[in-house]
Amino acid sequence: MCLAVPTEVVELRVDEPDMAVVEVSGVRRAINIGLLASEGVRPGDWVLVHVGFAMSKIDEAEARATLRLLEELGQAYDDELAALAQPVEDD
Amino acid sequence: MRYVDEYRDADKARALATEIAALCEPGRQYKFMEVCGGHTHTIYKHGIDDYLPESVQLVHGPGCPVCVIPMGRVDDAIAIAEQSDVIMATFGDMMRVPGGRGSFFDSKAAGADVRMVYSPLDALTLARRNPDKRVVFMAIGFETTAPSTAMTVLRAAADGVDNFSVFCNHVTIIPAIKAILDSPDLRLDGFIGPGHVSTVIGCRPYEFIARHHGKPLVCAGFEPLDVLQSVYMIMRQLADGRAEVENQYARVVPWDGNAKALTAIAEVMELRPYFEWRGLGFISQSALKVRDEYAAFDAERIFDVPGVRVADPKACQCGEVLKGVIKPWECKVFGTACTPETPIGTCMVSSEGACAAYYNFGRFSRAHVHEATKR
Ligand code: SF4
Repeated sequence: MCLAVPTEVVELRVDEPDMAVVEVSGVRRAINIGLLASEGVRPGDWVLVHVGFAMSKIDEAEARATLRLLEELGQAYDDELAALAQPVEDD
Repeated sequence: MRYVDEYRDADKARALATEIAALCEPGRQYKFMEVCGGHTHTIYKHGIDDYLPESVQLVHGPGCPVCVIPMGRVDDAIAIAEQSDVIMATFGDMMRVPGGRGSFFDSKAAGADVRMVYSPLDALTLARRNPDKRVVFMAIGFETTAPSTAMTVLRAAADGVDNFSVFCNHVTIIPAIKAILDSPDLRLDGFIGPGHVSTVIGCRPYEFIARHHGKPLVCAGFEPLDVLQSVYMIMRQLADGRAEVENQYARVVPWDGNAKALTAIAEVMELRPYFEWRGLGFISQSALKVRDEYAAFDAERIFDVPGVRVADPKACQCGEVLKGVIKPWECKVFGTACTPETPIGTCMVSSEGACAAYYNFGRFSRAHVHEATKR
Protein backbone atom coordinates (compact mmCIF):
# COMPACT_ATOMS: atom_id res chain seq x y z
CA MET A 1 0.00 0.00 0.00
CA CYS A 2 3.02 2.23 0.17
CA LEU A 3 3.28 2.73 -3.57
CA ALA A 4 1.65 5.52 -5.51
CA VAL A 5 0.95 4.44 -9.07
CA PRO A 6 0.62 6.78 -12.08
CA THR A 7 -2.57 6.09 -14.02
CA GLU A 8 -4.36 7.64 -16.97
CA VAL A 9 -7.87 8.98 -16.49
CA VAL A 10 -10.13 7.41 -19.11
CA GLU A 11 -13.59 8.42 -17.99
CA LEU A 12 -15.33 10.64 -15.46
CA ARG A 13 -18.30 9.08 -13.69
CA VAL A 14 -21.41 11.12 -14.33
CA ASP A 15 -23.41 9.41 -11.59
CA GLU A 16 -20.68 9.90 -8.95
CA PRO A 17 -19.02 13.28 -9.32
CA ASP A 18 -15.95 12.41 -7.19
CA MET A 19 -15.14 9.23 -9.08
CA ALA A 20 -13.23 8.54 -12.29
CA VAL A 21 -12.13 5.42 -14.12
CA VAL A 22 -8.37 5.16 -14.58
CA GLU A 23 -6.19 2.72 -16.45
CA VAL A 24 -2.67 1.44 -15.90
CA SER A 25 -0.91 -1.56 -17.45
CA GLY A 26 -4.22 -2.74 -18.89
CA VAL A 27 -5.97 -2.61 -15.51
CA ARG A 28 -9.03 -0.37 -15.12
CA ARG A 29 -10.54 0.75 -11.89
CA ALA A 30 -12.75 3.47 -10.43
CA ILE A 31 -10.90 5.81 -8.09
CA ASN A 32 -11.75 8.94 -6.12
CA ILE A 33 -10.60 12.29 -7.52
CA GLY A 34 -12.07 14.46 -4.76
CA LEU A 35 -8.64 15.57 -3.51
CA LEU A 36 -7.95 17.19 -6.89
CA ALA A 37 -11.28 19.00 -7.08
CA SER A 38 -9.69 22.44 -7.20
CA GLU A 39 -7.36 21.53 -10.08
CA GLY A 40 -9.99 19.71 -12.11
CA VAL A 41 -9.36 16.33 -13.70
CA ARG A 42 -10.19 15.39 -17.29
CA PRO A 43 -9.91 12.24 -19.40
CA GLY A 44 -6.36 12.00 -20.75
CA ASP A 45 -4.85 13.48 -17.57
CA TRP A 46 -2.35 11.40 -15.61
CA VAL A 47 -2.76 11.18 -11.86
CA LEU A 48 -0.76 9.53 -9.08
CA VAL A 49 -3.07 7.11 -7.29
CA HIS A 50 -2.56 5.93 -3.72
CA VAL A 51 -5.02 3.51 -2.05
CA GLY A 52 -7.81 4.43 -4.45
CA PHE A 53 -7.41 8.21 -4.33
CA ALA A 54 -5.75 10.52 -6.84
CA MET A 55 -3.04 12.42 -4.92
CA SER A 56 -1.66 14.72 -7.59
CA LYS A 57 -1.66 15.39 -11.30
CA ILE A 58 1.54 14.60 -13.12
CA ASP A 59 2.61 15.04 -16.72
CA GLU A 60 2.66 12.08 -19.04
CA ALA A 61 6.43 11.86 -19.39
CA GLU A 62 6.85 11.82 -15.62
CA ALA A 63 4.10 9.19 -15.37
CA ARG A 64 5.80 6.91 -17.89
CA ALA A 65 9.18 7.31 -16.22
CA THR A 66 7.67 6.44 -12.85
CA LEU A 67 5.92 3.41 -14.32
CA ARG A 68 9.22 2.15 -15.71
CA LEU A 69 10.76 2.50 -12.27
CA LEU A 70 7.84 0.71 -10.66
CA GLU A 71 8.00 -2.14 -13.15
CA GLU A 72 11.61 -2.68 -12.16
CA LEU A 73 10.57 -3.09 -8.55
CA GLY A 74 9.15 -6.46 -9.55
CA GLN A 75 7.15 -8.11 -6.78
CA ALA A 76 6.20 -4.98 -4.88
CA TYR A 77 4.67 -3.41 -8.00
CA ASP A 78 3.01 -6.65 -9.11
CA ASP A 79 1.37 -6.89 -5.69
CA GLU A 80 0.20 -3.28 -5.88
CA LEU A 81 -1.25 -3.80 -9.36
CA ALA A 82 -2.94 -7.01 -8.26
CA ALA A 83 -4.46 -5.16 -5.29
CA LEU A 84 -5.59 -2.37 -7.59
CA ALA A 85 -7.21 -4.84 -9.97
CA GLN A 86 -8.81 -6.87 -7.20
CA PRO A 87 -12.57 -6.51 -6.88
CA VAL A 88 -14.04 -6.16 -3.37
CA GLU A 89 -13.83 -9.59 -1.75
CA ASP A 90 -17.27 -11.15 -1.30
CA ASP A 91 -16.29 -13.79 1.26
CA MET B 1 10.75 9.18 -23.20
CA ARG B 2 12.79 12.16 -22.32
CA TYR B 3 12.47 11.73 -18.56
CA VAL B 4 13.51 8.12 -18.58
CA ASP B 5 16.67 8.95 -20.43
CA GLU B 6 17.27 11.88 -18.19
CA TYR B 7 16.98 9.93 -14.95
CA ARG B 8 18.41 6.62 -16.03
CA ASP B 9 21.47 8.11 -17.59
CA ALA B 10 24.53 6.41 -16.15
CA ASP B 11 26.75 9.29 -17.25
CA LYS B 12 24.62 11.69 -15.27
CA ALA B 13 24.85 9.45 -12.25
CA ARG B 14 28.62 9.36 -12.55
CA ALA B 15 28.79 13.12 -13.03
CA LEU B 16 26.70 13.65 -9.89
CA ALA B 17 28.84 11.15 -7.98
CA THR B 18 31.94 13.08 -8.97
CA GLU B 19 30.41 16.39 -7.89
CA ILE B 20 29.30 14.90 -4.58
CA ALA B 21 32.80 13.56 -3.99
CA ALA B 22 34.26 16.97 -4.81
CA LEU B 23 32.08 18.61 -2.17
CA CYS B 24 33.31 16.33 0.63
CA GLU B 25 35.50 18.12 3.13
CA PRO B 26 38.54 15.97 3.83
CA GLY B 27 38.22 14.15 7.13
CA ARG B 28 34.52 14.97 7.56
CA GLN B 29 31.87 12.25 7.84
CA TYR B 30 28.37 12.87 6.48
CA LYS B 31 25.24 11.10 7.59
CA PHE B 32 21.93 11.72 5.83
CA MET B 33 18.63 10.11 6.68
CA GLU B 34 16.17 9.07 4.02
CA VAL B 35 12.88 9.37 5.88
CA CYS B 36 10.73 7.44 3.44
CA GLY B 37 10.66 3.70 2.83
CA GLY B 38 10.26 4.32 -0.90
CA HIS B 39 13.71 5.89 -0.96
CA THR B 40 15.17 3.00 1.02
CA HIS B 41 13.84 0.75 -1.71
CA THR B 42 15.41 2.82 -4.51
CA ILE B 43 18.72 3.04 -2.67
CA TYR B 44 19.07 -0.72 -2.26
CA LYS B 45 17.57 -1.65 -5.58
CA HIS B 46 19.88 0.61 -7.56
CA GLY B 47 22.89 0.41 -5.30
CA ILE B 48 23.00 4.18 -4.73
CA ASP B 49 25.58 3.56 -1.99
CA ASP B 50 27.94 2.45 -4.74
CA TYR B 51 27.95 5.96 -6.15
CA LEU B 52 28.69 7.70 -2.87
CA PRO B 53 32.08 8.31 -1.33
CA GLU B 54 32.80 6.33 1.82
CA SER B 55 32.46 9.42 3.97
CA VAL B 56 28.82 9.84 2.91
CA GLN B 57 26.42 7.48 4.62
CA LEU B 58 22.69 7.11 4.07
CA VAL B 59 20.67 5.86 7.03
CA HIS B 60 17.05 4.77 7.00
CA GLY B 61 14.31 6.60 8.77
CA PRO B 62 10.93 5.71 10.24
CA GLY B 63 8.88 6.35 7.08
CA CYS B 64 7.49 2.87 6.52
CA PRO B 65 3.87 2.97 7.75
CA VAL B 66 3.59 -0.76 8.34
CA CYS B 67 6.88 -0.89 10.24
CA VAL B 68 5.89 1.57 12.94
CA ILE B 69 2.64 -0.11 14.10
CA PRO B 70 3.33 -1.51 17.57
CA MET B 71 2.48 -5.12 18.42
CA GLY B 72 -0.20 -4.07 20.90
CA ARG B 73 -2.21 -2.27 18.21
CA VAL B 74 -2.17 -5.41 16.07
CA ASP B 75 -3.52 -7.38 19.03
CA ASP B 76 -6.21 -4.74 19.60
CA ALA B 77 -7.24 -4.93 15.96
CA ILE B 78 -7.39 -8.71 16.11
CA ALA B 79 -9.56 -8.50 19.23
CA ILE B 80 -12.01 -6.40 17.21
CA ALA B 81 -11.80 -8.75 14.22
CA GLU B 82 -12.69 -11.71 16.43
CA GLN B 83 -16.13 -10.34 17.33
CA SER B 84 -18.74 -12.48 15.64
CA ASP B 85 -20.49 -9.78 13.59
CA VAL B 86 -17.33 -8.02 12.42
CA ILE B 87 -15.61 -7.90 9.05
CA MET B 88 -12.10 -6.49 9.41
CA ALA B 89 -10.83 -4.85 6.22
CA THR B 90 -7.11 -4.25 5.88
CA PHE B 91 -4.38 -3.52 3.35
CA GLY B 92 -2.55 -6.67 2.24
CA ASP B 93 0.70 -5.33 3.77
CA MET B 94 -0.79 -5.53 7.25
CA MET B 95 -1.73 -9.21 7.01
CA ARG B 96 1.62 -10.64 8.07
CA VAL B 97 2.56 -8.02 10.65
CA PRO B 98 3.13 -9.90 13.88
CA GLY B 99 1.32 -8.87 17.04
CA GLY B 100 1.88 -10.40 20.43
CA ARG B 101 -0.61 -13.16 19.62
CA GLY B 102 -0.02 -13.65 15.92
CA SER B 103 -1.02 -11.77 12.78
CA PHE B 104 -4.23 -11.09 10.84
CA PHE B 105 -3.37 -14.14 8.76
CA ASP B 106 -3.38 -16.28 11.88
CA SER B 107 -6.68 -14.85 13.11
CA LYS B 108 -8.22 -15.36 9.66
CA ALA B 109 -7.06 -18.98 9.70
CA ALA B 110 -8.67 -19.31 13.12
CA GLY B 111 -12.01 -18.14 11.72
CA ALA B 112 -12.09 -14.35 11.96
CA ASP B 113 -13.53 -12.57 8.92
CA VAL B 114 -10.53 -10.56 7.72
CA ARG B 115 -10.55 -9.22 4.15
CA MET B 116 -7.80 -7.61 2.17
CA VAL B 117 -8.78 -4.35 0.51
CA TYR B 118 -6.95 -2.01 -1.82
CA SER B 119 -8.66 1.15 -0.61
CA PRO B 120 -10.71 2.35 2.37
CA LEU B 121 -13.46 2.90 -0.22
CA ASP B 122 -13.53 -0.87 -0.74
CA ALA B 123 -14.12 -1.30 2.99
CA LEU B 124 -17.04 1.09 2.69
CA THR B 125 -18.38 -0.99 -0.20
CA LEU B 126 -18.13 -4.07 2.03
CA ALA B 127 -20.23 -2.27 4.63
CA ARG B 128 -22.92 -1.42 2.09
CA ARG B 129 -23.02 -5.02 0.85
CA ASN B 130 -23.15 -6.53 4.33
CA PRO B 131 -25.71 -4.48 6.25
CA ASP B 132 -25.96 -7.14 8.98
CA LYS B 133 -22.21 -6.95 9.71
CA ARG B 134 -20.06 -4.27 11.27
CA VAL B 135 -17.19 -3.45 8.91
CA VAL B 136 -14.03 -2.04 10.46
CA PHE B 137 -11.24 -0.58 8.36
CA MET B 138 -7.73 -0.94 9.79
CA ALA B 139 -6.44 2.54 8.94
CA ILE B 140 -2.65 2.88 8.83
CA GLY B 141 -0.22 5.23 7.17
CA PHE B 142 1.26 8.70 7.26
CA GLU B 143 -0.27 11.86 5.80
CA THR B 144 -0.17 10.21 2.37
CA THR B 145 -2.91 7.81 3.40
CA ALA B 146 -4.81 9.75 6.09
CA PRO B 147 -6.74 11.92 3.57
CA SER B 148 -8.15 8.76 1.95
CA THR B 149 -9.44 7.50 5.29
CA ALA B 150 -10.86 10.93 6.11
CA MET B 151 -12.60 11.22 2.73
CA THR B 152 -14.08 7.74 3.21
CA VAL B 153 -15.47 8.63 6.64
CA LEU B 154 -16.97 11.80 5.18
CA ARG B 155 -18.58 9.73 2.44
CA ALA B 156 -19.95 7.22 4.96
CA ALA B 157 -21.37 10.07 7.03
CA ALA B 158 -22.93 11.77 4.01
CA ASP B 159 -24.54 8.52 2.86
CA GLY B 160 -25.57 7.43 6.36
CA VAL B 161 -23.67 4.12 6.27
CA ASP B 162 -23.95 3.21 9.95
CA ASN B 163 -22.17 -0.16 10.01
CA PHE B 164 -18.78 1.24 8.98
CA SER B 165 -15.98 2.39 11.25
CA VAL B 166 -12.23 2.89 11.20
CA PHE B 167 -9.62 1.67 13.64
CA CYS B 168 -7.43 4.70 13.31
CA ASN B 169 -3.66 4.21 13.44
CA HIS B 170 -2.62 7.13 11.29
CA VAL B 171 0.68 8.67 12.26
CA THR B 172 2.28 11.99 11.40
CA ILE B 173 5.78 12.38 10.05
CA ILE B 174 6.97 15.59 11.71
CA PRO B 175 6.91 14.36 15.36
CA ALA B 176 8.83 11.25 14.31
CA ILE B 177 11.53 13.39 12.70
CA LYS B 178 11.56 15.56 15.85
CA ALA B 179 12.01 12.47 18.03
CA ILE B 180 14.94 11.38 15.88
CA LEU B 181 16.51 14.84 15.99
CA ASP B 182 16.21 14.82 19.79
CA SER B 183 17.57 11.30 20.12
CA PRO B 184 21.07 11.28 21.57
CA ASP B 185 22.15 8.13 19.66
CA LEU B 186 22.39 9.75 16.31
CA ARG B 187 24.07 12.70 14.71
CA LEU B 188 22.62 13.54 11.32
CA ASP B 189 23.81 16.13 8.83
CA GLY B 190 20.71 16.36 6.69
CA PHE B 191 17.54 14.74 5.45
CA ILE B 192 16.25 13.34 2.19
CA GLY B 193 12.62 14.37 2.62
CA PRO B 194 9.73 12.03 1.87
CA GLY B 195 8.20 12.49 -1.59
CA HIS B 196 4.60 11.41 -1.31
CA VAL B 197 3.87 12.57 2.24
CA SER B 198 4.97 15.98 1.00
CA THR B 199 2.37 16.03 -1.80
CA VAL B 200 -0.10 16.34 1.09
CA ILE B 201 1.72 18.43 3.72
CA GLY B 202 3.95 20.42 1.36
CA CYS B 203 7.45 21.60 2.25
CA ARG B 204 6.75 24.23 4.91
CA PRO B 205 6.33 21.87 7.90
CA TYR B 206 9.99 20.89 7.55
CA GLU B 207 11.27 24.43 7.99
CA PHE B 208 11.97 23.96 11.71
CA ILE B 209 14.56 21.33 10.78
CA ALA B 210 16.53 23.91 8.85
CA ARG B 211 15.79 26.85 11.12
CA HIS B 212 16.04 25.33 14.61
CA HIS B 213 18.29 22.37 13.99
CA GLY B 214 20.44 23.88 11.27
CA LYS B 215 20.09 20.86 8.98
CA PRO B 216 19.21 20.82 5.29
CA LEU B 217 16.22 18.85 4.02
CA VAL B 218 15.58 18.15 0.35
CA CYS B 219 12.23 16.66 -0.72
CA ALA B 220 13.20 13.99 -3.21
CA GLY B 221 11.72 11.95 -6.04
CA PHE B 222 12.13 8.21 -6.28
CA GLU B 223 14.27 7.77 -9.40
CA PRO B 224 17.86 6.81 -8.62
CA LEU B 225 19.04 10.09 -10.11
CA ASP B 226 16.53 11.99 -7.97
CA VAL B 227 18.10 10.51 -4.86
CA LEU B 228 21.64 11.25 -6.06
CA GLN B 229 20.68 14.78 -6.99
CA SER B 230 19.11 15.31 -3.58
CA VAL B 231 22.30 14.14 -1.89
CA TYR B 232 24.16 16.59 -4.08
CA MET B 233 21.77 19.42 -3.10
CA ILE B 234 22.26 18.66 0.60
CA MET B 235 26.05 18.55 0.17
CA ARG B 236 25.94 21.84 -1.73
CA GLN B 237 24.02 23.49 1.12
CA LEU B 238 26.52 22.20 3.67
CA ALA B 239 29.44 23.39 1.57
CA ASP B 240 27.83 26.84 1.28
CA GLY B 241 27.07 26.93 5.00
CA ARG B 242 23.31 26.98 4.33
CA ALA B 243 20.50 25.00 5.96
CA GLU B 244 17.28 25.20 3.98
CA VAL B 245 14.30 23.21 2.83
CA GLU B 246 14.57 22.58 -0.90
CA ASN B 247 12.25 20.76 -3.27
CA GLN B 248 13.98 18.46 -5.74
CA TYR B 249 10.62 16.79 -6.55
CA ALA B 250 8.77 19.97 -7.56
CA ARG B 251 7.36 18.15 -10.59
CA VAL B 252 5.06 16.30 -8.14
CA VAL B 253 5.28 18.05 -4.75
CA PRO B 254 3.61 21.48 -4.47
CA TRP B 255 5.35 23.73 -1.94
CA ASP B 256 2.10 24.25 -0.03
CA GLY B 257 0.83 20.67 -0.23
CA ASN B 258 -2.77 19.73 -1.00
CA ALA B 259 -5.23 22.01 0.81
CA LYS B 260 -8.20 19.74 0.10
CA ALA B 261 -6.44 16.75 1.67
CA LEU B 262 -5.35 18.72 4.74
CA THR B 263 -8.90 20.04 5.21
CA ALA B 264 -10.35 16.52 5.02
CA ILE B 265 -7.90 15.25 7.65
CA ALA B 266 -8.61 18.20 9.95
CA GLU B 267 -12.37 17.77 9.57
CA VAL B 268 -12.39 14.10 10.60
CA MET B 269 -9.30 13.65 12.78
CA GLU B 270 -7.34 15.35 15.53
CA LEU B 271 -3.99 14.75 17.20
CA ARG B 272 -3.74 12.18 19.97
CA PRO B 273 -1.85 13.31 23.07
CA TYR B 274 0.57 10.45 22.47
CA PHE B 275 0.94 7.23 20.49
CA GLU B 276 3.25 4.26 20.67
CA TRP B 277 5.53 3.62 17.70
CA ARG B 278 7.12 0.26 17.18
CA GLY B 279 10.70 0.50 18.31
CA LEU B 280 10.54 4.24 18.99
CA GLY B 281 8.27 4.12 22.04
CA PHE B 282 5.68 6.77 22.92
CA ILE B 283 5.89 10.01 20.97
CA SER B 284 3.62 12.88 21.96
CA GLN B 285 1.19 14.35 19.42
CA SER B 286 2.40 11.96 16.78
CA ALA B 287 -0.78 10.25 15.64
CA LEU B 288 -4.37 10.96 14.69
CA LYS B 289 -7.68 9.84 16.16
CA VAL B 290 -11.25 10.31 15.02
CA ARG B 291 -12.89 13.52 16.27
CA ASP B 292 -15.93 13.49 18.59
CA GLU B 293 -18.13 14.69 15.72
CA TYR B 294 -17.44 11.42 13.91
CA ALA B 295 -17.53 9.15 16.99
CA ALA B 296 -20.09 6.93 15.23
CA PHE B 297 -17.31 5.91 12.82
CA ASP B 298 -14.62 5.35 15.42
CA ALA B 299 -13.95 1.66 16.13
CA GLU B 300 -12.12 2.60 19.33
CA ARG B 301 -15.38 3.91 20.78
CA ILE B 302 -17.69 1.33 19.27
CA PHE B 303 -15.73 -1.69 20.47
CA ASP B 304 -14.06 -2.60 23.69
CA VAL B 305 -10.46 -2.17 22.65
CA PRO B 306 -8.23 -3.97 25.15
CA GLY B 307 -5.42 -1.41 24.77
CA VAL B 308 -2.81 -4.11 24.81
CA ARG B 309 0.80 -3.17 25.33
CA VAL B 310 3.38 -5.67 24.23
CA ALA B 311 7.11 -5.19 24.49
CA ASP B 312 8.94 -5.84 21.23
CA PRO B 313 10.66 -9.25 21.13
CA LYS B 314 14.08 -9.14 22.78
CA ALA B 315 15.89 -10.15 19.63
CA CYS B 316 14.22 -7.41 17.61
CA GLN B 317 16.25 -4.31 16.80
CA CYS B 318 13.67 -2.59 14.61
CA GLY B 319 13.82 0.48 16.83
CA GLU B 320 17.47 1.00 16.07
CA VAL B 321 16.88 0.32 12.38
CA LEU B 322 13.97 2.81 12.28
CA LYS B 323 16.12 5.46 13.92
CA GLY B 324 19.00 4.74 11.60
CA VAL B 325 21.29 3.74 14.47
CA ILE B 326 22.12 0.38 12.96
CA LYS B 327 21.95 -1.01 9.43
CA PRO B 328 19.56 -3.92 8.83
CA TRP B 329 22.32 -6.50 8.50
CA GLU B 330 23.69 -5.50 11.89
CA CYS B 331 20.58 -6.88 13.64
CA LYS B 332 21.48 -10.18 15.24
CA VAL B 333 18.55 -12.10 13.75
CA PHE B 334 18.69 -10.55 10.28
CA GLY B 335 18.39 -13.18 7.56
CA THR B 336 18.54 -16.03 10.06
CA ALA B 337 15.60 -16.07 12.46
CA CYS B 338 14.07 -13.01 10.78
CA THR B 339 13.26 -13.26 7.06
CA PRO B 340 10.35 -11.99 4.92
CA GLU B 341 8.71 -15.43 5.28
CA THR B 342 9.07 -15.50 9.08
CA PRO B 343 9.37 -11.88 10.15
CA ILE B 344 10.20 -11.16 13.78
CA GLY B 345 10.11 -7.42 13.34
CA THR B 346 7.97 -5.24 11.10
CA CYS B 347 10.89 -3.87 9.07
CA MET B 348 11.05 -7.30 7.45
CA VAL B 349 7.35 -7.40 6.51
CA SER B 350 6.60 -4.56 4.15
CA SER B 351 8.59 -4.31 0.94
CA GLU B 352 9.31 -0.72 1.99
CA GLY B 353 10.82 -1.85 5.27
CA ALA B 354 14.57 -1.39 5.43
CA CYS B 355 15.26 -5.00 6.41
CA ALA B 356 13.07 -6.46 3.65
CA ALA B 357 14.53 -4.07 1.07
CA TYR B 358 18.05 -5.02 2.07
CA TYR B 359 17.18 -8.72 2.20
CA ASN B 360 15.70 -8.61 -1.31
CA PHE B 361 18.26 -6.45 -3.01
CA GLY B 362 21.18 -7.03 -0.68
CA ARG B 363 24.25 -5.52 -2.18
CA PHE B 364 26.97 -3.62 -0.57
CA SER B 365 29.89 -2.95 -2.75
CA ARG B 366 32.00 0.13 -2.50
CA ALA B 367 33.93 -0.88 -5.58
CA HIS B 368 31.93 1.33 -7.92
CA VAL B 369 32.63 4.40 -5.83
CA HIS B 370 36.27 4.41 -6.61
CA GLU B 371 35.38 3.66 -10.22
CA ALA B 372 32.84 6.45 -10.34
CA THR B 373 34.76 9.11 -8.54
CA LYS B 374 38.19 8.52 -10.06
CA ARG B 375 39.43 11.76 -11.43
S1 SF4 C 1 16.10 -8.12 11.09
FE1 SF4 C 1 13.99 -8.41 11.82
S2 SF4 C 1 14.07 -8.08 14.04
FE2 SF4 C 1 16.01 -7.30 13.19
S3 SF4 C 1 15.59 -5.11 12.89
FE3 SF4 C 1 15.10 -6.13 10.96
S4 SF4 C 1 12.90 -6.62 11.08
FE4 SF4 C 1 13.60 -6.07 13.17
